[in-house]
Amino acid sequence: MKQRKMTALILVAVLVISLTGCAKEDSANTLTVFNYGEYLDPDMIKLFTKETGIKIKYEEAATPEEMYTKFKSGAIGYDLLCTSDYMLKRLINENELREIDYSLFQYKDNIGKKYWDFSKAFDPENKYTLPYFWGTVGILYDTTKVAGKIDSWDVLFNGEYSGQIVMQNSVRDAFMITEKYLGYSLNTTDRDEIQKAYETLLKQKPDVQAYLVDEARDEVVAGNATMAVVYSGEAYLGHKYNSDLEYVVPKEGSNVWLDSWCITKNCQNTEAACKFLDFLCRDDVALKNFEYIFYSTPNETVKENLPEEDRNDKSMFPDDSATENCEVCTLTDPETNELLNKLWKDLKAN
Amino acid sequence: MDKVLGKRSALAGPYVIWAVGFTVIPLVVIIKYAVFDRSGAFTLANILSIFAPVHLKALIFSLEIALGCTLVCILLAYPLVLAISRLKFARSGMMLVILILPMWMNFILKLLAWQMILSSNGVLNLIIRSLGFAEFDISNTPLSIMIGVIYEYFPYMVLPIYDAVTAIDEDVIEAARDLGAKKATVFWRIVFPLSLPGLMSGITMVFVPSMTSFVTADILGGGKLQLVGNIIEQEFIHSMNWNLGAGLSVALMIFVLISMTFTINKDEREEEEAW
Repeated sequence: MKQRKMTALILVAVLVISLTGCAKEDSANTLTVFNYGEYLDPDMIKLFTKETGIKIKYEEAATPEEMYTKFKSGAIGYDLLCTSDYMLKRLINENELREIDYSLFQYKDNIGKKYWDFSKAFDPENKYTLPYFWGTVGILYDTTKVAGKIDSWDVLFNGEYSGQIVMQNSVRDAFMITEKYLGYSLNTTDRDEIQKAYETLLKQKPDVQAYLVDEARDEVVAGNATMAVVYSGEAYLGHKYNSDLEYVVPKEGSNVWLDSWCITKNCQNTEAACKFLDFLCRDDVALKNFEYIFYSTPNETVKENLPEEDRNDKSMFPDDSATENCEVCTLTDPETNELLNKLWKDLKAN
Repeated sequence: MDKVLGKRSALAGPYVIWAVGFTVIPLVVIIKYAVFDRSGAFTLANILSIFAPVHLKALIFSLEIALGCTLVCILLAYPLVLAISRLKFARSGMMLVILILPMWMNFILKLLAWQMILSSNGVLNLIIRSLGFAEFDISNTPLSIMIGVIYEYFPYMVLPIYDAVTAIDEDVIEAARDLGAKKATVFWRIVFPLSLPGLMSGITMVFVPSMTSFVTADILGGGKLQLVGNIIEQEFIHSMNWNLGAGLSVALMIFVLISMTFTINKDEREEEEAW
């Protein structure tokens, strides 16, 4: 009998601990920041704490979906998130974000006007999000293994490079490029168009060597694959490791994406949060972050501080013409998302 | 006597807290998610969706991989154990250390190393090419997933069998020999039946985890092949459908429990027979 009471007591104790464990701790001087992996120079976090005394609890996730799942589960009270266009739109729609008080900023104007306009695709009044990095999705290929220059998504689908293609292991990227290839909008909610894209991907699957995320670039660098669908930032590093590699945004157009910072509704100390965001906009910090990540930056002071050769790198600072046919992904319709997820599962199972 | 026993079982207290907090409560939460749909109504659809063609296909593929791996592990482990259990202690200890050594390394690192070895420009093909043979590409195939899984779980097969075999009393074997049993008879009538409990726990420790090692499938299968674990992961992380993910987990759990009761029953029966 005693035994049972003991067990019951322990059970209750554990329950209580697990329930109260989520309670907010000292939020005054700590910010919980949630970002993609390898998307902020760790030294900058140290520098920020040194300068302001505000501690940063830093968490990372690999995909916007993973980030959303963790954020929504509420287990950890995140103050700041850095995520992508369509996910930002979803968070804004769900009323999860706080307006950013730009009057507290000193370095906001380092972000070029072009990128504030760009943000309007998902944040129409530029109220909730601060642009951080941007880029395109394209093909990274080994020039020694293909005839001539590649300029179309067609090479991924025509079977010519069967077994030498690495696709992105992500529902969105896979469908977006296929939709662009077929001439649709990448934000399409049309069932027939999505079905067509699925069939195209299904037909392509035997030609695909692998669906990878972070390793996609490395496989081309190592010579295991001829081409891979990658983000523009990966392309810059790929080219550095292996100068035979070229990156192209196909002529049919592609996805141009923007990752931005936002402050969540949970955030208790918005002043500290703004300080952190302003810090990220500062010339020296933006430069350090850029040199750590090598994605295209909306911070215009960075380009001025770079050596001549890097300033002219087209994968980092593309001409406006390169992004002409590109679209920002703003798809948040839950039914379409569900359909895409289901089709992706079917594709992988086949 | 009762009092002593009562006090002693209090020693299990720390672990009980652990088990309740990290096994029992999560299990209850998972079951809760599994039997409700997104709107909060009771349903068995999530659990029964294991029979949907896509899920069933992944389940069957997982079973094939798990069965294959378990079989290969047994075929490699059993003879190895027989060999090292005869060695002098120092040498058998050395063998066991070599066997356990890879277990000290991070699981993901091991998989990435295998990826390097098996990829088309990898170490394996480099050797094959330099020997003048035609290269072969097994990266991103079920075979490469199996290699990863076997490498990971092989020690879990060896150790329990080793334990069971070394626990066999030499006197029993000698008694059999005195009574005129030949080597083969000694093995089939004495050693093998007595090692069965070890074999069975080896099987459960290899079979069950190999069905769900989704990271292995992702890294060595190139994301083209899905174990049931990959589907559960996708439902939780990407589709945000925790109910379906939990339902599939529960279905898998039921499945595993059924096969476990089968092996456990067999276990006990064999033990009785042996004596």
